[in-house]
Amino acid sequence: MTLTDILADHANQDGPLLPILHDVQKAFGHVSEDAMRQIAHALNLTRAEVYGVVSFYHDFRQTPEARPVVKLCRAEACQARGVDALRPVADGQSRVKVEAVYCLGLCSVGPAAMIGNTVHARLNAASFAALLGAA
Amino acid sequence: MKARISDDAVAISCGADAVAAAFEQAGVAVERVSSWGMHWLEPLVDIDGVGYGPVTADQVPAIIDGGAPSIGIIRDHPFITGQTRLTFARAGQTRPISLDDYYATGGWLGLAKAREIGPEATIAALLASGLRGRGGAGFPAGIKWKTVAAMTSDQKYVVCNADEGDSGTFADRMVMEGDPFLLIEGMAIAGMAVGADKGFVYIRSEYPHAIAKMRAAIAAAAHLIAPFDIEVRVGAGAYVCGEETSLLNSLEGKRGEVRAKPPLPAIEGLFGKPTVVNNVLTLAAVPWILTHGGEAYAAFGTGRSRGTMPVQLAGNVKHGGLFEVAFGITLGELVNDIGGGTASGRSVRCVQVGGPLGAYIPVSQFDLPFDYEAFAEADALIGHAGITVFDDTVDMAKMARFAMEFCAIESCGKCTPCRLGSTRGVETLDQIIAGKNVEANLALIADLSETMKFGSLCALGGFTPYPVMSAITHFRDDFVVRPILERTA
Repeated sequence: MTLTDILADHANQDGPLLPILHDVQKAFGHVSEDAMRQIAHALNLTRAEVYGVVSFYHDFRQTPEARPVVKLCRAEACQARGVDALRPVADGQSRVKVEAVYCLGLCSVGPAAMIGNTVHARLNAASFAALLGAA
Repeated sequence: MKARISDDAVAISCGADAVAAAFEQAGVAVERVSSWGMHWLEPLVDIDGVGYGPVTADQVPAIIDGGAPSIGIIRDHPFITGQTRLTFARAGQTRPISLDDYYATGGWLGLAKAREIGPEATIAALLASGLRGRGGAGFPAGIKWKTVAAMTSDQKYVVCNADEGDSGTFADRMVMEGDPFLLIEGMAIAGMAVGADKGFVYIRSEYPHAIAKMRAAIAAAAHLIAPFDIEVRVGAGAYVCGEETSLLNSLEGKRGEVRAKPPLPAIEGLFGKPTVVNNVLTLAAVPWILTHGGEAYAAFGTGRSRGTMPVQLAGNVKHGGLFEVAFGITLGELVNDIGGGTASGRSVRCVQVGGPLGAYIPVSQFDLPFDYEAFAEADALIGHAGITVFDDTVDMAKMARFAMEFCAIESCGKCTPCRLGSTRGVETLDQIIAGKNVEANLALIADLSETMKFGSLCALGGFTPYPVMSAITHFRDDFVVRPILERTA
């Protein structure tokens, strides 16, 4: 899917910028400066406005991430269930990028993590290490 | 034989897919249903009403042979019989995207009733029910609808706030993944009542299962709710977008910055048009109210907190999950009697109610009844009714620091008390934890909290002082004595 296709897909949508950015990130792995320029042109916005939105939201990347990404919940409920004990596992490797996320809604079965759209819960140091190894 | 297994995110994250595959491999039909909300038992397998859980794939042959220990009849489980399930009446019992199941369990009766009695009587029923916004602010839903209904405009909107970012809460997710038609019906009733033909559900990106289920359900139900039309929009990882004006900006494709109020969204909301913004649980309560009448709903509850609240038991709790109950139950009953204390087996030290912006409440206040006004009087908030349990190993100075840090990470940056106050708060708490000028710095935090509370534009900066100050008030030793003990250990 090209950027032109994505822009055409959202041509008749009200407030299309976030849906466009999600699609761009999904297709290309990040939102490049060139993509921002083209999106701004298509939506009759300034580049600064598009950049302002891209940089505001945690989900959007401006550079590609080569490593697999694992989102580990670091919010209170997972803290109460011992997510801090998983930290050495994350810090002890560099092959996988472990990102903090604040709540996956799995607060009764944490510590929890998400890879892509796949969710994992009741993690301990051993199962988290296995998860990182398979990511 | 048929195995009924939940396909909601908690069940899946605990291995439900592998269990379902094992049953299918053994030649047993599998039906994927919503979750009963007994999360410590997930994956829970329901065979002719008898429950097994938590199940792993290797236990499947024993279950099929009848040789595995069961938890008994699921609907007779004390965790279920102790509840008053109005919003979650279908939990565990229906296939989420099955219109047949929804019809068979009283679906669409509320919408039919609303269409029959018309907008005015629909709003009157909502007013009579006493339903208050379940997102946290507790504003009477009927008054909001009445305001939007009274506006004259070429376009009005119904926006469902499904940006459930508070840690310790998952009831919105369970509605969307387990009973999506219920939310759709509630939104369609709202649209009819206020004169809006367009609805948006703003779902956080951390909920991919909810997004998929809502999209499928909306497609399946489009002909039933027409001319009302609903579109799913996906958030992008900003906690502050759970604040209604920030959410509206995000829907418009802007930075999720908070808007100053007034104007209220009911007057000038999405794209400047009159807009109802309601939480998932608020809208999901509406079909029951229309079907059974506002008075019937108001018969539950206490004081000005009417109806039921889907309480979420989370964190270090033995029996975590969803417990829907009338207002008035005490915190102690919820945590100790229903939740069974901690999962770690240690003693409960405190709970945080209402997410990252909610107060920490010590065990000594566990007689507090679940009621908006009673919580406000105790300097706490019900919020979205998530209860996060902590055992006695928790370091409250660390939790207070986390509250400030979280506010700093998630601040939209529009107002100074929140943007700068949160960072200065982290630095000051670091000083306290390091044992530097502890008393003076504690006084500084109290002063900073006052500024954030009264000077912030929205609840992010305004309510962050709740967890911080409650931690200091109830657990002062963690700030004054504990750091010294840890340094000298």
